[in-house]
Amino acid sequence: MSETADRPVSDLDAFSDAPAVTVGGSGGASPWRLAARRLRKRPGALAMGIVFLVLVAVMLAAPLYARHVADTTPYENHLSDQIEVGGETVNVVGFDGVPIGPTWRGKFLLGADSNGRDVAVRLLYGGRNSLLIGLSAALITTVLGLTTGLLAGYFRGWTDSVLSRIMDVLWAFPVILLGIALGTSLSLGGLKAGPVEVSGGSLAIPIFVIAVIYVPYLARPIRGEVLSLREKEFVEAARAQGMGPIRLIHSEILPNVISTGLVFFPLLVANAILLEAALSFLGAGVQPPEPSWGTMIDEGVERIVTAPALAIVPGAMIVLTVLSLNVFGEAVRDALDPRAKVRIEH
Amino acid sequence: MARFAIRRIGSMILVLFAVSVLTFLIFNVIPNGDPAVRMAGKQPTATQVEAIREEWGFNEPIYTQYAKTMENLFSGNMISYFNQLNVVEEIWKGVPRTFALAFGAAIIWMAFAMALGLWSAMKAGGKSDTLLNVFALIGISMPVFWLGALMNQYLGFELTQVLGFELFPNGGYVEFSNSPFEWFHHMLLPWFALSILFIGFYSRVLRANILETMDEDYVRTARAKGLSERRVLIHHVLRNSMISVVTLWGLDFAVVIGGGAILTETVFNLQGVGQYAADAIGQLDQPPIMAVTMFGAFFVVFFNAVIDIVYAALDPRIRLEAGDTAT
Repeated sequence: MSETADRPVSDLDAFSDAPAVTVGGSGGASPWRLAARRLRKRPGALAMGIVFLVLVAVMLAAPLYARHVADTTPYENHLSDQIEVGGETVNVVGFDGVPIGPTWRGKFLLGADSNGRDVAVRLLYGGRNSLLIGLSAALITTVLGLTTGLLAGYFRGWTDSVLSRIMDVLWAFPVILLGIALGTSLSLGGLKAGPVEVSGGSLAIPIFVIAVIYVPYLARPIRGEVLSLREKEFVEAARAQGMGPIRLIHSEILPNVISTGLVFFPLLVANAILLEAALSFLGAGVQPPEPSWGTMIDEGVERIVTAPALAIVPGAMIVLTVLSLNVFGEAVRDALDPRAKVRIEH
Repeated sequence: MARFAIRRIGSMILVLFAVSVLTFLIFNVIPNGDPAVRMAGKQPTATQVEAIREEWGFNEPIYTQYAKTMENLFSGNMISYFNQLNVVEEIWKGVPRTFALAFGAAIIWMAFAMALGLWSAMKAGGKSDTLLNVFALIGISMPVFWLGALMNQYLGFELTQVLGFELFPNGGYVEFSNSPFEWFHHMLLPWFALSILFIGFYSRVLRANILETMDEDYVRTARAKGLSERRVLIHHVLRNSMISVVTLWGLDFAVVIGGGAILTETVFNLQGVGQYAADAIGQLDQPPIMAVTMFGAFFVVFFNAVIDIVYAALDPRIRLEAGDTAT
């Protein structure tokens, strides 16, 4: 792979190392294999994809680290505790309220916050929450966005009118304001819809809020694609064979728009993580004492003069995560659909 | 043209109505529990809740509740139950600050994006292009409030300690009428903090547009005429590459005013409209959040309609295209 490093990618490149495939003949490679091949030409982007997977694995290991290395939980206060650092006994939180800095040891690896909680442990648990929210919200957005776009584009008429108007209204709100409005009103009262009852502090609320906000960003381009796909000959042929609308959407149209969904997915996760952080920073996302990178920055900014690491570290984690997703996501876009215009606000 | 404008305004009114209904639903219907209790804030008394229930009509049918909510929002009499201040008056106090932030940032991000986009496109594939690309990607991956907080701390606070004088102030807002210089001085860091994300995004869009435009026939013609490369780039390529970016600029400007500035305002303590809403979240004070949401979305919808109409006036193709699909 190394000899192809960072060469500009063109369609010709995609074929160049594939002598087994006949180009332009009847036995060409599937679009998926072509995309995979184009993606392999971008080692930098693939490395960033791996960075993201490593981050996910590290965050998943949070309980192991907390139990076996740091010997605490993300919620446990050590306000009046003392620990040994380099032969000296130090207060976890000094009498002036300044928490201990990084010890580079198992306990309080990255220091403590002003409540005497282990920052490294909270960083891992917070990352778990941030990633959980980002991934689940993006997954729900993808399912809802595909469904909405497929239904609106295929059935047109009043189905389209109703769905498109709903999308227009969601689209009209600045993303952060809609997030704040939904986030605060739901965290004040929780949600009760039939048998489902969600309490105000639940992580399901930021997941749901972020997922709903981003639906129009995916549903609109999907709808546009479906509108032109449904006029194509192969769809007409399927219809003439007596295929019902649901099966037709599922087996003829969906496979043709799924690549758009894939192009959006990593970028949706990246933006969902940023939006979660922003909402949590403002108090309309993850509710304390539950940690997330956003709430940690919020707590850290209050202490930035005496303990700047509390604000810097969780922010740096967000930058690393979002950057890895953006770089990888862009390579996925170039590989699958270089003309796709993806614009997501956060 | 008049027909296009009327249709566009008609659709705007429909969207505004839908936005108001959705805002009403978000605050009064979707969440669990008593809306009067939520409205009353942290520690309401029973009589307070009863008074709120009466004023907002929470015992009455849903359309009456909606009507009363709209009346409260638009009569200018809405008060916060947390500090008894008039919500609309408080919002008006913040408007000039939010506009100052958005205007300055919009100019900065466009100027930088044009310079960097042009530079990147001219050096496409080269080292400086790659480097700018990396910076742009980092820029769009940073939480703006985190970047702002660090700038405020290190450039505003610590740098002052080191230098012994204030190169950048440590947050806060100075009225333009009090001291135009201090106003400018205090806005510098917030402007740049807010601009970074947009510079990253716009410079890359512009770079792609420029590279696309360079392949056009008329650019080849311009070169063939013997025009200097500089003239071709600025007058022929850049001008045409700017069209879609300028549209985006208008839309993003509206979004920043309508709520996007909330994080920057809060971090730099500018006391704009966004910070007013952000402070209200901490106090669980619902009326300000509700009002800012409604007015912010209204502003965005209204501004988008204006942009569409101006564009249709400038470019007849748009109103012809929209002829049978406009909604």
